[in-house]
Order: sequence, then structure tokens, then C-alpha cells
Amino acid sequence: MSNIPTDLRYTKSHEWVRQLEDGAAEVGITDHAQSALGDLVFAEVPETGREVHAGEACAVVESVKAASDVYSPLSGNVIAGNAALASQPELLNQEPYGAGWLFRVAPSSADEAAALMSAADYGKYLADEGR
Amino acid sequence: MAFIPHTGDDIAQMLEVIGARTIEDLFDEIPPALRARALALPPAMGEMEVGRLLTERAALDGRPLNFIGAGAYEHHIPAPVWAIATRGEFYSAYTPYQAEASQGTLQLIYEYQSMMCGLTGMEVSNASLYDGASALAEACLMAVRANRASNSRRILLPRAVNPTYGQVARTIAGNQDIVFEHVDYDRASGRTLLESVESRAGEDITALVVQQPNFFGCLEEVDELTDWAHRHKILLIAVVNPVSLALLKPPGQWGGGVEGKHGADIVCGEGQPLGVPLSAGGPYFGFMATRMQYVRQMPGRIVGRTVDTEGRPGFSLTLQAREQHIRRSKATSNICTNQGLMVTAATIYLSLLGAEGLARVAQASLQRTADLVDALCRIGGIKTAFGAPRFHEAVLLLDRPAAPVLAALARRGILGGLDLADRYPELGHALLVCATETKLGADIDLYAAALAEIMHPARAAA
Repeated sequence: MSNIPTDLRYTKSHEWVRQLEDGAAEVGITDHAQSALGDLVFAEVPETGREVHAGEACAVVESVKAASDVYSPLSGNVIAGNAALASQPELLNQEPYGAGWLFRVAPSSADEAAALMSAADYGKYLADEGR
Repeated sequence: MAFIPHTGDDIAQMLEVIGARTIEDLFDEIPPALRARALALPPAMGEMEVGRLLTERAALDGRPLNFIGAGAYEHHIPAPVWAIATRGEFYSAYTPYQAEASQGTLQLIYEYQSMMCGLTGMEVSNASLYDGASALAEACLMAVRANRASNSRRILLPRAVNPTYGQVARTIAGNQDIVFEHVDYDRASGRTLLESVESRAGEDITALVVQQPNFFGCLEEVDELTDWAHRHKILLIAVVNPVSLALLKPPGQWGGGVEGKHGADIVCGEGQPLGVPLSAGGPYFGFMATRMQYVRQMPGRIVGRTVDTEGRPGFSLTLQAREQHIRRSKATSNICTNQGLMVTAATIYLSLLGAEGLARVAQASLQRTADLVDALCRIGGIKTAFGAPRFHEAVLLLDRPAAPVLAALARRGILGGLDLADRYPELGHALLVCATETKLGADIDLYAAALAEIMHPARAAA
């Protein structure tokens, strides 16, 4: 059973969103996603300042056998990419909800975050998908 | 499945399903002028008859003395190159499926990559591309992916870059919203105009292409161009002749005046001069190398050296997640045809010659071209077009149109160069000539004598 922290919001494409105190949002991939992808060897994070739209592919995580897009759950401006992943991509596997975060966005609206799944919904979504 | 050709019924059925009347309908997109007309072929012929027919046809080509370069160069190919390349162990154009089962093939590609890195001064090379022109197109697509400081998809393409390469790049990359903008050349030197490049400062530009030596055979001011690009966060794409790199500064060392930035970002070119015959324009192979920083944006296969579970050295395909069998439509390239057999020949060629041998080829080619230019300019009515230093190619200006002169030379079995009238009309009667190490003093004398007779018949008769 994968780890689904209750204080985060989730997408059907297996990203999580953490509301930060300054109004920004932190984005990463879920424990389920990292476990399905296997050992991750590379992550490409968006440039700071880039404008992203909800549902837009804006990061890539790469395992030995696959490369997968990560979609931004929210619209807004990228305010940071996780530079630590360049030398330690394994953080994505080891701490998907912590040091393995991918990027931070200053959201252009609060509504999008509210529309994302809760931990309970995401857990149910995984169960329904037979994952 | 049975390997039986489709019957008329099969074909009619399939056409009906897709709603086409005839097979010809499927090619409607292609303008009629470009379509192959029906071939006038005789009924079946026996092997012996076909052999005889083709031998006769081949003889019609003659064995002309060739002074045309313009992107494909006639170099001596030592006999062992193709004797070894055509051995059963090597004689394939492809990296096999289950590539790691073919350690020998992978090792050869690894050695090739290492040699190309040595020649270009770059950190990583791929296992080859289709040809030089498409390698430039791929380099432009790669630059758009790699240069994240630029959003414009605009690429500066000097007019002194091989115009065929420009056409191919436009054809392949133009449909992906990539815009190519010309940069003019200096009429006196034959080099890309630095001022024309510098006037673009402050604009959002993705990459600058620099060909060294350029299409005219002239040596560009590569250090200045590279530094300018880097100062403005523009990627520098180098198009180089691999033989010239035995003498010239490798693109990995161009520039250096900008803090933390040294050398070209992407290097590509035509590999044909390395042991591949001219044939009728192919098959050739393209090469590409880059910095490790951009390796994930590079198209094509890459072979890496590794160790197995018992620590023994071995080779494997690496960074495959960029490739189309995994990444599908988002792959770094969907046309990364590997010209494996040509790469095999090039690797053997480079191994046989070594660094010193390749430098001798380059030096001899440079010298023969200088001799050729001197000999032709003594004839009268011919002068050199440009003042910049040259490698093994030069533009000559004639006092009359080049086409009839070239036709007269061809009747004497001499291919005298490439007429530039269509490509560079502003130059007047310009002719691009090339002499490699395969042209001896006697060949050059023969060309000069024939040209003198054609251009000054009265003097010859006197």
C-alpha cells in the first residue's frame, strides 16, 4: 500500500501539491508513481520564471527504461526547480513527498488547488484503478 | 503470415475500405511534376543480361578527373577499409535488436564515438545520423530543446553555410515553427559578416550555425562568433569537415572569452570524407557531438562502456529513454537512422590512418588546392573570389559564365568544379573548386592546360 499523506492534494496523473505558507505550491510525484517508475536516474525541472498551465507537461522524470512527463497541477509561474535532483535523482524514490519535490509554483488562482483530489479520494482512485 | 503479394482483389478491397479509387490516389499530396513516371523497363531479363547492361551503363559515366567538392570529398580509401568492413562480422547497417548480445558491434560504435569526441574536442558523440545535412537539421531541433533561455525558435543560418544543408534543415525543422534567418557574408573575405551577426544582439535567438571551413572553403572567425553567441545566451552549432579537424582547432575549443563557456555547444557534419566513397551521393553518414550537459537532448543512439555483474568490462546502449521506442512522439528524434556500415568504414579508416595520417591527408589536400588555385589563376581571366585563409576548397571568378566552360571540360573527362551561378548569383561567374590528396601535380596540370585551351583557344593554336 503506498504512502498518501493527508495534508496534500493529488492529481489523476500522480502528482501531489503542497500548500506552502507564503501562498506558493510545491509539486512532486507520488509514492505510487515513484514505485511504478522504478529507480529514477534523471529529472528535468522547469526553469524559474516559466509560466505553466494546469495539465501542461513541464518536467520529465527518467528511469533506466522510461521517461515520463510530469504535468503541472496548477497554472501559474514557476518560482523554483529542485536543483538537488540534478546530482541526487534518487531523492525522487527515497523521499517523494520531501526532498524529492520537483518544482514550486506561484498559482494564478486558488480554485485549481481546491479542485484537486484529497488523500482519501486519491487512495480510492488508486484502488479503483486496481493499482 | 504468408509472404504472397497482394492480389488484385486484396488491393481493391483495401482501397474500398479507406475510400480511395486507385493506388495513385494515395500520392495525391505529391505534386505531379515530382512523381516518378512509369519506368520504361523491358520484360524480365536474366542475371547475365542484367549484369552486362549495367556494366555498359556504368561505363557511360566514364572515369572523370573530379575537382568538385561542395560537401562530398574524394579521398583515397586504403584497401583494408572495405575489405574489413565487408567481413560478415561487420557487414550490417544496423545496431541489432538485443544490442548487448552483439558486443563487437557495440565496441566498434564506442570506439567510433571516442574518435569523434577526440576529433571534435567534445564530451559525447552519438552513434551517427543519416547524413551531414540532416545532422544539421537535427542539431537545430536539439538546440531548440536545449536552449531554455530562448523561446523564439529562431536560428541564425549564415549564407556561407552549405545551401543544401539549409534547404534540408528548413524542410525538416521548418514545419516545427523553427525560423531560419540569414546572415550575410563579406564579399571581400568570403567569411560570415561579424557586424551582421553582432547587429542581432539583444534579440531572442536560439542558436547560431557556423560552418568551418564554410561552403566557400574559407576559414571563419570561429572564436569571435562562438564568444558572441555565448555572450547572448545563444547556442553555437558547428558544422565541420572531420578531415579538416586534423589541422584546425577543434570546435570544442572555439572561443573561450566568455566566463564558463568554452567551445561549440553542438557539433555536426558529414562523415563521408572518412573512408566512404562518393558513390552517387550516398549512402553517407552524419555525425553529432555535444557537451554532457545536453546529452539527453541529443538524438540517435549512444553506446556506453560499463561492467557486468562480475565486474567484467562490456558495452551497452545507454540513455535509451530519449529514444523513440520508449519516448514515442516525444523522442529526441524520430529519424535517427543509424548508418552503421558507413560508421564501421569510418572507424576502420581512422584506426588505419591515426592522428598523424589524417593530418597528412588534410595537409596534402590543403596544398593541392593551393597549387590548383595558383595554376588556374595563371591562365588569365580567372581570379580568386575571396581573401580569407582556405582549407581545401576555393571560389574562383571567371570572366565568362562557368556553365559552358564546365561543359567543355566535362567533354574532356574533367569535372571542373561546381557552378555557383544559381546559388550565389551576386558573385557573378563563380566556380567552386576542390583538390584533395588524390589530385597529383600531373592532374592539376592537365586541368589547367584543358582550361587554358577552352578559355583562350587562339593562344593555344598559335
